[in-house]
Amino acid sequence: MKLGFTPKEESFRAGAAAWLEVQLAGEFADLRGVSAHAAMPERRKQWECALGRAGWSCIGWPKALGGREATLAEQVIFAEEYARLEGPNRIGHLGVELLGPTLLALGSDAQKQRFLRPIALGEEIWCQGYSEPNAGSDLANVRTRACLEQSANGAQWVIQGQKTWTSLAQFADWIFMLARTEEGSRGNRGLSYLLVPMKQPGITVRPIREMTGEATFNETIFEGARTAADYIVGNPGDGWEVAMATLGFERGVSTLAHQMAFRGELETLIAIAVENGTARDPLIRQRLADAYIGLKIMRYSALRMLTHAQSGRLSDAAYTYRLYWGEWHKKLGELAMDVLGPEGEIAAGAPYEWKGPQHSFLFSRAETIYGGTSEIQRNIIAERALGLPKEPRGTQS
Amino acid sequence: MQFALTPEQELIREVARGFFDEKASSAKMRAALQTSAGYDLNLWAAMAHEMGWAGIAIPEAYGGAGLGMVELSILQHELGRRLVPSPFFSTVCVAAPLVAAIADESQKAELLGHIARGEVRVAVALTGRRGLPGCEGITAELRASRGRYQLMGESGLVIHARACDVILVAARAPGTKGREGVSVVCLDASGAGITVEELVMLDLTRRMSLLRFDNVEIERDAVLGESETAGDALENALDLARIALAAEAVGGAEWTLEMTCAYTKQRIQFARSIGSFQAVKHRLADMMVLLEAARSASWYAACVVDELEGEIAEAAAIAKACCCDAFYRCAADAIQLHGGIGFTWEHDAHLYFKRARAVASLFGSPAWQREKLASLMGLGATVASPGF
Repeated sequence: MKLGFTPKEESFRAGAAAWLEVQLAGEFADLRGVSAHAAMPERRKQWECALGRAGWSCIGWPKALGGREATLAEQVIFAEEYARLEGPNRIGHLGVELLGPTLLALGSDAQKQRFLRPIALGEEIWCQGYSEPNAGSDLANVRTRACLEQSANGAQWVIQGQKTWTSLAQFADWIFMLARTEEGSRGNRGLSYLLVPMKQPGITVRPIREMTGEATFNETIFEGARTAADYIVGNPGDGWEVAMATLGFERGVSTLAHQMAFRGELETLIAIAVENGTARDPLIRQRLADAYIGLKIMRYSALRMLTHAQSGRLSDAAYTYRLYWGEWHKKLGELAMDVLGPEGEIAAGAPYEWKGPQHSFLFSRAETIYGGTSEIQRNIIAERALGLPKEPRGTQS
Repeated sequence: MQFALTPEQELIREVARGFFDEKASSAKMRAALQTSAGYDLNLWAAMAHEMGWAGIAIPEAYGGAGLGMVELSILQHELGRRLVPSPFFSTVCVAAPLVAAIADESQKAELLGHIARGEVRVAVALTGRRGLPGCEGITAELRASRGRYQLMGESGLVIHARACDVILVAARAPGTKGREGVSVVCLDASGAGITVEELVMLDLTRRMSLLRFDNVEIERDAVLGESETAGDALENALDLARIALAAEAVGGAEWTLEMTCAYTKQRIQFARSIGSFQAVKHRLADMMVLLEAARSASWYAACVVDELEGEIAEAAAIAKACCCDAFYRCAADAIQLHGGIGFTWEHDAHLYFKRARAVASLFGSPAWQREKLASLMGLGATVASPGF
């Protein structure tokens, strides 16, 4: 075994940190530490463009597409520095981390030509349309339909239906989505993966107000929305396989740097505990130490996943990581409320504004639901990693 | 960055797994528990001589293989999978590095040479009567008079003290506290004035004794290195011991998960294998989450010893807490998921459960490790006593 990065990688780190520091202390100082998903959208779009112009947006991509062909280790290093220096929540992340890699792997040449550079340059923002009111954990139960129609502009997909929990839909230029394109098909067959422009009359976005008081997710209604016939990734009917490939990228590089942002949260909490005296309480100490252990475990597991990813394999740590961080963060939020005491129940401002540890206490309830609930994660671990038999399917629809 | 076993390390693991699969099956392990030594003497001889594992981490200058903590952890992991009763832990994982850290050259040449060649089995009496971890707990006293020494008092929970050749005893100068005045002496196990009272332990796979020292005469050269200066080195050696125990715990956790998965796949109730029920599956998934976290912590701590010395205390505390908690949870859930058969003496589940409890207690419980981390994290002093 060998811990630590090479001198070349460390010098890459220094370069990345230097650029980020200048930006986040200067032109974009107002965005430092902005973690809310819906805050300051125009400024965060400008930030995407700044990253893109300097080649720091999609660093693993080919240079011709606006990347810098960074190695996996370098991508992790950049993500670590980004989190450490409190870069803002990236409004472009769904295009950068999910659609981009999907198109690189499975898109047509024309699609790569059309879509990748605008993502890398921060010019087009994407959202993701998978979940529906009746397709939550059972993601394959998609009811939104699309069919090809001939029109004056050539053949087009015409889409009818509803997506939900669409984060960033209110800011996005495009959506990548699953729709049922074979009449009468069920489950994961007969689905297609479409690329659809958001700014059109056939699409309505309605914000969903969440328990934090914010509205970061949306309902997205499709009433005759249209997109070009060739804006389909893979063949008609292959949508499920393409969508699964996209979800594979979700467990990618950026999650490896998660713990850097979490470290900042734990440090804040420790400072509060020392300040208000709860740090002397043996029970609080046990829980703070346990949170610290969890943070380190995430770091170690990330290093294991990185090592495996370099050899193109999914490690056992990769199966468990998603569940681990979600549950860890929820516990940290609960600990934060105990450290803060009764004052923790006072909001940061009107009408119902929460920041820092209290915001994590509330928002972390979503983190064990979105992208696959903890229960679904446990099924995945049990069935794919441990080889246990599937539970028989029900017959109700 | 290569945070995974190298091909050479994988090979050590495969060889060790094959070796213990053959020579330390459940039946053979249970037979060893019935012997007077409490472990299989032939197995130890094979490990030490044929495999050369007694000297795996001893520097080549003293006759060892010169490998590191990662390799030692690989073997500990495999021993833990099979709950192999063995003097390996105390001799190879604790005594050898402690001797290397504090003994003078001639002592090292002799003792490390003996250990590397598999000629001595060493018991370590490093904690006090009640097993309180670290220098704080030492209750044996070493009195100096006219260039000679006398050892008095007791040392508790000494592993395989009944079946060893040499004992290392940590003792303090009268009136000293904490890390001050601590010496480590090397005794012939059959020497005069030493009483070994073997205890009936919860964990059947690792026998322990209470040692009493009644004015044991100690020659100057039986004190390792300088007398009364071993405190820091002893604490560091205990950290290495914690890392070795953590690896053993991961091995035990891994075995209980594999055993339980296999059982739940073949056990049929309600006309289905019980492993298809989510209530069962989710418990197994949680076991795997704990196991993989523990594996990461164990590997990292072993790497830290070999590469980044500064972080040893922290990495050891994290590994000991995380791996012992994981092993206990996995062993406890293994009983639950086996149902009634898991509660029987005949089934191995209870042996793992008891080992998991015992390994948690040894050299600082998970709660003790977390309290230690709390201090290292800058939380200041606590209002409570440290406990075990």
